[in-house]
Amino acid sequence: MRHLELTDLTRLLRECAGEDEGVDLDGDDVLDTLFLDLGYDSLALLQTTGRIEREYEITLDEEAIDEAETPRKYLELVNRVLSARVTA
Amino acid sequence: MTAPTTDPSGAPAGAATAVFTGVGVTAPNGLGSEAWWQAVLRGESGIRPLTRFDASRYPVRLAGEIPGFVDADHVPSRLLPQTDRVTRLSLAAAKEALDDAGADPAQLPEYGAGVVTASSAGGYEFGQRELEALWSKGGQHVSAYQSFAWFYAVNSGQISIRHGLRGPSGVIVTEGAGGLDAVAQARRQLRKGATLMVTGAVDASLCPWGWAAHLAEGRMSHVPDPARAYLPFDAEATGHVVGEGGALLVLEDAESARARGARTYGSFAGYAATFDGPDTPRLADAARLALADAGLAAADVDVVFADAAGERAADRAEAEAITALFGPRGVPVTAPKSMTGRLLSGGASLDLAAALFALRDQVIPPTTGTARPADDCPLDLVTGAPRTGTALRTALVLARGRGGFNAAAVVRAA
Repeated sequence: MRHLELTDLTRLLRECAGEDEGVDLDGDDVLDTLFLDLGYDSLALLQTTGRIEREYEITLDEEAIDEAETPRKYLELVNRVLSARVTA
Repeated sequence: MTAPTTDPSGAPAGAATAVFTGVGVTAPNGLGSEAWWQAVLRGESGIRPLTRFDASRYPVRLAGEIPGFVDADHVPSRLLPQTDRVTRLSLAAAKEALDDAGADPAQLPEYGAGVVTASSAGGYEFGQRELEALWSKGGQHVSAYQSFAWFYAVNSGQISIRHGLRGPSGVIVTEGAGGLDAVAQARRQLRKGATLMVTGAVDASLCPWGWAAHLAEGRMSHVPDPARAYLPFDAEATGHVVGEGGALLVLEDAESARARGARTYGSFAGYAATFDGPDTPRLADAARLALADAGLAAADVDVVFADAAGERAADRAEAEAITALFGPRGVPVTAPKSMTGRLLSGGASLDLAAALFALRDQVIPPTTGTARPADDCPLDLVTGAPRTGTALRTALVLARGRGGFNAAAVVRAA
C-alpha cells in the first residue's frame, strides 16, 4: 500500500513552496517542528496538500489538515486516509 | 525649520521635502542602475525579437525584453513558487534601491517605512499559467498562490514583507502615468509622517495572454526592424514597442535622510496629475501645475523627459504641450525609452531615474532611432549622442496613461 514518508513530504514542500534559507529540512527534529518554524505558512500547506491530493488520489479533511501543525501530525493524517482507502 | 504660512511649492505649511536616496533598475538595456545608465549613454537599445514565447504567429514580434535575469540570483527559494516575473523583477529593483540608499529598514520606526508602487498588468504570465491549468486539468490544479500572485498590489506586498516595510503602502493603477503617480503618493505619505518609502514601478507582461491585450490596444508598431519600430516624434512613427522592467526608488524625508548621512540624488520638487477631457488633452496643464507645485517657472527647466508615444497624433499633442510651455525648440527634450520600448507604469519611473542620473552626471541621454523630429513636432530633441555643455539643475518628466491619464513631475538636483 502507498504510504507518505517524511522524505516524500519534504520533497513536495520544496517543490510546491520552496525552502527557507536557514532551515534544515533534513534535520533530525523536523518531524516535530511547527510548519511555521520550517518556513511554511497556511498557503504553502494548501498548495502542498492540493498536490498530495492529486498525486495520491485522496481527499483530505481541510479542518483536520489545518490542525496538523507539525510534519508528524500531518503524515499521520495523510497515512490514515491512505490506509483507510486500501481497506475500504 | 519654522513653518512658513505660505509655501511657494503649494505644499501644506512646513511640509517635508522629499528626496531620492536610492535607485534600482531592471531594464531591457541593462540590469542594475549603473549597467543600464551606461547603456543609455551609449545609445544601446534593448528592443529585439521576442524570445520569452513563440511569437512567430503574431503580427508584432519585437519587445523590450530583459535578458539574463536569473530568478534564483534575486529571489529566495520560498518566493519562487509564488511570484510572477514582474514581482521577481520588482524584488530585485527594490533590493538594489534600498542597498543604494544605504537604508536598513530594521533601524527605522516599525511603521515609518512603506511601499507604494504602480502596476498596469499585475502578474500576467502567472495568471495565464493558472488559467491554462484550470481549463485543461481542472480547479484542483490551480496554484494556491494564484490568490495573490496575479494581483496589481502584489509587488508592493512582497517588497513590504521581504524588507519589513510595514508603514503606509499601496498600489496605483493609471497605466503609463502610474510611474509618477506612485511617487506622488509616496510623497503624500512622507508628508503625513512616514520617513522612507520604496516607490516607482516595474511592469512585465511579455506572455501570450499579455501580448493579446497589447495587440488589442492597437497602438503597437508592426515594423519588424528593431531600429525602426519605435520612433518617437519622427514623421514615420507608426506606434510603440512594449517592453518589461522599470525602476524602483527610495524616497525619503529630506530631514531624516540628512540625519542619517544619506547621499541624495535630488528632490521630487513638483508634481501634478490631470485627466484629458473629450478631445481636450491636458498634458500641458499637468506640466504647468507641477511647475507651480515646485515653485518654478518654465524657464527654470533644463531638460524634458517626454512621454514619447511614438504615434503621430499623440506625438503632435505632446509636442504642442511642450511648445505651449517652452516655445518651439525652447528646451532640450529627450526620450531614452526609445531604447527600452514603453514599459507601461515602469516607463515613467525609469525616466525619473534617468532624470536623476542626468542631473548627477550633467549629461542628457539621447533619443535613439529618431534622427530628427517631424516638422509638426518643433522640439529640440536630443538625438544620436548624449548632450553635455549646459548646466542641468531641473528636469521635467512627462507621462501619459491609456484612457486619459496625465502626470508631470519636477526633479531638482541635490
